Amino acid sequence: MTVAAERDPGATRPLPKVPTGIQGFDEITEGGLPEGRVSLVAGAAGSGKTVFAMGFLVNGAEKYGDPGLFVSFEESSPDLETNFDSQGFDLKALEATGMLTLDHIRIERNEMEETGDYDLEGLFVRLGAEIDAIGAKRVVLDTIEVLFSAFTDEIIIRAEIKRLFRWLADRGVTAIVTGESGERHITRHGLEEYVADFVVVFTHLVNEETATRRMRIIKYRGSAHGTNEFSFLIDRRGISVLPISSLGLRHGAPTERVSFGIAPLDEMLGGAGPYRGSSVLVSGTAGTGKSSIAAAFVDAACRRDEKALYFAFEESPDQIIRNMRSIGIDLERWVEAGLLYIHAERPQTTGLEMHLVRMNREIEEFSPRVAVIDPITNLTSIGTYSSIRATMTRLIDAMKSKEITALFTSLTEGGDSSESTEIGISSLMDTWVLVRNLEAKGKRTRGLYVLKSRGMAHSNEIREFVLSDDGVDLRELPLGGGAPPATRAQS
Amino acid sequence: MSAGGETAPQTWKLKLYIAGQTPRSLAALSNLQKIVDEHLEARYEIEVIDLLENPQLAKGDQILAVPTLVKDLPPPLRKIIGDLSNTERVLIGLDLRPE
Repeated sequence: MTVAAERDPGATRPLPKVPTGIQGFDEITEGGLPEGRVSLVAGAAGSGKTVFAMGFLVNGAEKYGDPGLFVSFEESSPDLETNFDSQGFDLKALEATGMLTLDHIRIERNEMEETGDYDLEGLFVRLGAEIDAIGAKRVVLDTIEVLFSAFTDEIIIRAEIKRLFRWLADRGVTAIVTGESGERHITRHGLEEYVADFVVVFTHLVNEETATRRMRIIKYRGSAHGTNEFSFLIDRRGISVLPISSLGLRHGAPTERVSFGIAPLDEMLGGAGPYRGSSVLVSGTAGTGKSSIAAAFVDAACRRDEKALYFAFEESPDQIIRNMRSIGIDLERWVEAGLLYIHAERPQTTGLEMHLVRMNREIEEFSPRVAVIDPITNLTSIGTYSSIRATMTRLIDAMKSKEITALFTSLTEGGDSSESTEIGISSLMDTWVLVRNLEAKGKRTRGLYVLKSRGMAHSNEIREFVLSDDGVDLRELPLGGGAPPATRAQS
Repeated sequence: MSAGGETAPQTWKLKLYIAGQTPRSLAALSNLQKIVDEHLEARYEIEVIDLLENPQLAKGDQILAVPTLVKDLPPPLRKIIGDLSNTERVLIGLDLRPE
């Protein structure tokens, strides 16, 4: 596996890498792109190659102080400036400070005539002058294969592109070359992938009206890399990659405990609540109060002065705040204090993976200590079993690695089959709390029990779960009967 | 055979882009000299531009390949790429041959 590959004794000297500053990408590549080498970004039109490449330069200039050169064989510089302006990249400002040069190389095939031997020294001279002018450390060529259609002598062009890759490396710049996907090769002419030291392929799939972008690292010369596909997102904040599966099971296991905010429930979980950084599943049928448990959990975190991130896939923030106020939990003050952020979104707006990428980014930006996903089932209804498991694993790993304690609610269908529908995700959870409606003697009560909790003694009792104006509480459930319990369980 | 027999004589404005005095640049230069001597007599101007000396000039005419002979005049603009060893194709590029 990847862990073994990384400990390979041959790979003792780490390859110097250049961070892209693109969220998630530097994690999956364990540092970024190979320094002083040429990397290939391949993909179909519209797969995000240009955005990625520009992000590499803009971040380089803004975050790492590296001047960058962007050579476009397709779009003119004003077009690039306009297009990226809508992405929130102010290219003109960077050009003005000498941190970025945009150059458009325009090739008019119909005004050219070839008569005998030639090489592309003119291109080299031009690039060399531009690199020297700003001291460029990062260079992008987008898309180099235009050269193949510009010139007829393919033997010369292949030799010259190979020479260009070596030349860029000799200049000591870290370069990205983009290429259109080919049918039999990664790129159309099957050349760039052999001469590049790093190859990543972008795909853009539209499935049942939801679009999913993925990237896969095909080659990383001199460095271990995962072969997984990683989902990514492009929006006004640029590219964001959902990484993480590379973390595997290497995250730590804190022994600190996190209170649920419901003392009797903490008591059922070894007397102190779940471990910090663990994942908790609260499942139950509709109306059993799962969101209330989540709200109590968030409330308790904010009281400890910890930041909480609430992903709401069913209700709007206002609705959640109003409903929770009715059981005596005031979430609004935490929102105002900046301790709680509610990210509400309809699950249908996009595919599962895109949701997870977006969630990952919110986590990166807000840095919460606890997180709620309410309900996870709304997300899992929009993917296949294996994709759900894979992407959920990544999300859970991401949170574990940051020691974020996560609570997932899960809506189950009525009846005893409830537990089976969650098998897929429950195995990823450390703690599983079930809430169910119990009917007896014409009265409906809610029963709560802990189905599992890894690494701690936990109660096997079923407690009655009560929602009132004072919040959430648990009571002893009278044995064998449906009569309401007379006394409250003491915490 | 030459462009004679047409209207008033006009001047061919040509630029030859090279990158250093390589054997290939020298070949292009001598091939070009032969062609203009034979077909254009005195009706031409040739400017030789060495990109190693003036790298910024590569941008203006979008020169990638060298040698490249640019015909600025008469219109249309043409770029004739290579060592100009194929005289027939050079003549077509210079509009001194039909097709």
